[in-house]
Amino acid sequence: MLRVNGLTKQFGGLTALCGVGFVAQPGQILALIGPNGAGKTTVFNLITGVLQADQGEILLANKRIDGLRTFEVAALGISRTFQHLELFTTLSVAENVMVGAWPRNRASFLRCLFRRPGMMKKDQELYNKALGLLAQVGLKGKADWPAKSLTFGQQRLLEIARALAGEPQVLLLDEPAAGLNHAESADLAAFLRSLAERGLTLILVEHDMDTVMGVADQIVVLNFGTVIAGGSPSEVQQDPEVIAAYLGKEDDEVC
Amino acid sequence: MASAKSRYWIALILVVVCVPLFVKSNYVLSILIVIGLYAIIVQGLGLLMGYAGQVSFGQAAFYGLGAYTAAILATKCDWPPVLCVLVAPFLPALVALIIGRPILRLREHYLVLATLGFGILAFAAFNESIALTGGPSGLTGIPYLSIGPLVLDNDRSYYYVVWGVLGLVILAVANLTGSPIGRAFKAIHASEQAAQSAGIDTALLKLQAFVFSAFLAGLAGGLYAFWVTFVGPSPFGFTASIEFVLMAVVGGLGTLWGPVLGSAIIVGLAEFLRWGVPILLPKVGGEFEIVFFGIIFVLIMLLRPQGILAPGRPSGMSGVAVKEEKCSG
Ligand SMILES: Nc1ncnc2c1ncn2[C@@H]1O[C@H](COP(=O)(O)OP(=O)(O)OP(=O)(O)O)[C@@H](O)[C@H]1O
Ligand SMILES: [Mg+2]
Repeated sequence: MLRVNGLTKQFGGLTALCGVGFVAQPGQILALIGPNGAGKTTVFNLITGVLQADQGEILLANKRIDGLRTFEVAALGISRTFQHLELFTTLSVAENVMVGAWPRNRASFLRCLFRRPGMMKKDQELYNKALGLLAQVGLKGKADWPAKSLTFGQQRLLEIARALAGEPQVLLLDEPAAGLNHAESADLAAFLRSLAERGLTLILVEHDMDTVMGVADQIVVLNFGTVIAGGSPSEVQQDPEVIAAYLGKEDDEVC
Repeated sequence: MASAKSRYWIALILVVVCVPLFVKSNYVLSILIVIGLYAIIVQGLGLLMGYAGQVSFGQAAFYGLGAYTAAILATKCDWPPVLCVLVAPFLPALVALIIGRPILRLREHYLVLATLGFGILAFAAFNESIALTGGPSGLTGIPYLSIGPLVLDNDRSYYYVVWGVLGLVILAVANLTGSPIGRAFKAIHASEQAAQSAGIDTALLKLQAFVFSAFLAGLAGGLYAFWVTFVGPSPFGFTASIEFVLMAVVGGLGTLWGPVLGSAIIVGLAEFLRWGVPILLPKVGGEFEIVFFGIIFVLIMLLRPQGILAPGRPSGMSGVAVKEEKCSG
């Protein structure tokens, strides 16, 4: 369970987040939505320790994790994908996933220097595990391709496979359906549901409302850094403030 | 596949082993020894630059620290030479460990300046700590390296020591770059943020590469001390640091053999300039060498920024990375 409480973050004079709180439950998908600039990515950056909150707390299984550094947060079992793709472009597709497995397969400099026996065998096992994950997102055939040779949509899927390789408890997804076509989005939604059924806690930032409404258990709506509504998809869809602040505006933008 | 690879290694080893059988000149042997020593340093620097994406313009200081440590242990503490060579690299490594955290937080030209400053400070310390280092007149009376009854007092045997150590260093670096750590380094290089989000302590890994590079420079320093049996400050100035960076870049960052090739080219050119320039241009002084290296550096940056051996685009310092998007279609 991931709980955030009263998160506040300012950038200079701009209040990006103001007292944001929510609880994400294992086995559920929480969608974090809101117009551009609402502060969604900033929430992810605070949870993962990329940025430090000015106020508020972040708890994983009732333990404070705010103040930890990014790699420590990852080691505790929180993985993420990036809105602006951050793949390891010089590595192959499978190697990207293998690096993602680092939290459970940390390598030691000295052991690698002396190539301790068993090390390369373990790496082969890691490769096979990566193939398994790639199969789940439909990229197995591309395993040995350079990551940068993938299409935009495939790169998004690779980011998810890489995040899953760390065997996280919590998965933060920042607009995973951007760049996917309709059928691919539907596949992705089904895949995310299957992850939730395995007991993962998912937090999904997404602009594609069909995907959000179809897949989320719970929705938190942000506008200008404050939570303006929360609840089930049907509750949120009927909330007049949400319609005014977000859904109405979204229609304008799309058309 | 595997046998082709081992055949290639055996051929290389044979060449290295056989060279002294055909090279009779001590002058050439001594140049080969210098190339070997520098290649050890540049292996570490190449790892730091090509994999960890950091740069150090202070490697000559670590080289000097290793040389002085070995020389002092041998002359003032009467330690056996082999032990001195083995222990000497740990002091520069320790210094790198201490200064590494704050220094590696800096980026690009700030990192260049900080390491350059460290190198200049160390050079001043070598000159000024007269009680310990002998100051400008250096430390004399260093014994030859000896292994049991075997005294390595000639260039032929020392060549085997240096190139043997270089071989082990290359093996270690190959292990490292072909391992999960090497992959992690490439990941940091491609996206530091994503690497951290994957749980990699990127600051620790960079620090480890820095410490390792200092260790290798110190190892070369210890070997140097027992070869010339005299240690003074002059080889450890900042020109040497710049030349090491030049060797790493010229040979090709991120390649296993780039450091050896880069050292050979730069050492070879320096020797050529030393006797070639006075004949061709009698009026030009000693500063010609550094001017010439400046020109080479600029040409490499313009024509082949990734170095001679590296394929495609540079994998080196982000500060000098050249954006060239080659279409493969
Ligand atoms: N590192 C930063 N420094 C300064 N301002 C920032 C920083 N990160 C975000 N902001 C600002 O904070 C606000 C919230 O940004 P954020 O990226 O969290 O929005 P978002 O909801 O993810 O938007 P989008 O849907 O466009 O991705 C924006 O006004 C943004 O310009
Ligand atoms: Mg965003």
